[in-house]
Amino acid sequence: MIKLVNVEKSFNGQLVLDRLSLEVPEGKITAIIGPSGGGKSVLLKHMIGLVRPDRGQVLVDGEDITAMGKSRLNQVREKFGMLFQNAALFDSMTVFENVAFPLEEKTRLSPDEIRRQVHEALEHVGLREVDDKYPDELSGGMKKRVGLARAVLLNPRIILFDEPATGLDPIIRKAINRLIQETHDRFGFTAVIVTHEIPAIFELCHYVVMLLDGKVLFEGSPAEIMNSPDPRVQQFIRGDLEGPLHFI
Amino acid sequence: MSILVDKLGALTLRLLREMGRMLTFLLYSIYMIARHPGKPVHVLRQVHFIGAKSFFVIFLTASFTGMVLGLQGYYTLAKFGSEGLLGSAVALSLIRELGPVLSALMVTGRAGSAITAEIGIKKITEQIDALEAMALDPFKYLVSPKIFGALIAVPLLCAIFDVVGIYGGYIVGVKLLGVNPGAYFHEMEKSVEWKDVYSGIVKSISFGLIIAWVCCYKGYYAGHGAEGVSRATTSAVVMASVVILIWDYFLTSVLL
Repeated sequence: MIKLVNVEKSFNGQLVLDRLSLEVPEGKITAIIGPSGGGKSVLLKHMIGLVRPDRGQVLVDGEDITAMGKSRLNQVREKFGMLFQNAALFDSMTVFENVAFPLEEKTRLSPDEIRRQVHEALEHVGLREVDDKYPDELSGGMKKRVGLARAVLLNPRIILFDEPATGLDPIIRKAINRLIQETHDRFGFTAVIVTHEIPAIFELCHYVVMLLDGKVLFEGSPAEIMNSPDPRVQQFIRGDLEGPLHFI
Repeated sequence: MSILVDKLGALTLRLLREMGRMLTFLLYSIYMIARHPGKPVHVLRQVHFIGAKSFFVIFLTASFTGMVLGLQGYYTLAKFGSEGLLGSAVALSLIRELGPVLSALMVTGRAGSAITAEIGIKKITEQIDALEAMALDPFKYLVSPKIFGALIAVPLLCAIFDVVGIYGGYIVGVKLLGVNPGAYFHEMEKSVEWKDVYSGIVKSISFGLIIAWVCCYKGYYAGHGAEGVSRATTSAVVMASVVILIWDYFLTSVLL
């Protein structure tokens, strides 16, 4: 389980996370929403130790990862998979090599078994005959699906998704969301999704966290957020220009 | 006045922090090379990229450097009636000094800039974060093979530079200006000692380390976006070249 306690983070003097505390429910899909530039991706990177907080604790299964050395932190990271905003595929490797990479580096499977697992993972995300293509030959949606195949391949207990459907057309967006849902149903991992897909994400997730100015403004179920009395929450999920929040 | 002192203090602190970070980067890289030198195929790929692909530029630079040395050396030695010593003048200049330094500078411009750009792009497209998220050390895949590859490739390129340069001097001195070919090689054989060759090897190995270290470091800590990568690339080439020249002076004073 992931728990953040009074996490504070600034970049160049600008406070991005302000004494933020949060508990991510285990085995569920949690969506993190909030205005752009509000620290959602930074929060996600704190959970896997890619960014260290200036103050506060990040607990994974009760262990504070902020105080860990590199090798211990890597042991904790074995529990995670991550799909990055732009998929972060290795540009010098083909699709096959990208998906096979964690298996080759972290297991002692035979080349035939690796090939079998990679093809199974790619088929699961609806990709065939793309083995020899390089990332720059793929569309945005295909890259995300390759990234997803790579992220789930080692069966992690926790998967972090950084804007998995942003920048894709509505049909591909729906397909990616359905894929996340199906993959979650199949493997039962804890998922944290940073997203702007409102209200579509409420059909997919079990728990919603809304950030504002580096703090948690709301947390609860999708039904609860839809009925929240807070005018800021309502303005944001409806996308109203008029209201207490001023972005422009 | 106090503003000036503040700015100077801030600059000094920034410089010290940067130097500390660079030193830590180097020490960790060396530790990683000792622990995980990288798969042989990755190291060989770097030897090919840094070494084989720099061959043409090294060949060209070495030929003309040797030819210029042949010309300049001939006219200087002719003043003292010692044209016969041209071979040893060309060889000693190349083996002890120009071979290691010029080959390192050419490798910095050709391969060093590419190393910085490659790592910088991996950084800004979150590929380095992706490695870390997989619990894999980016140094093992991105830095160690490059440093290892440079340690092998740069001395080999330096050796090629020396040989090609010596023949460049031969073409000008012997074929164009009429120096006795026997004297050219005989004097060279007499004057070049193992100590000279050794100092060239030590220099080129240390220059290889400097190129890979500075260029990997600059890429690893590149700023944001394409502009950040381009700035890092420029800065890597300038810094590696300057460090090579400064280090060359200190090494020469020790090895002489």
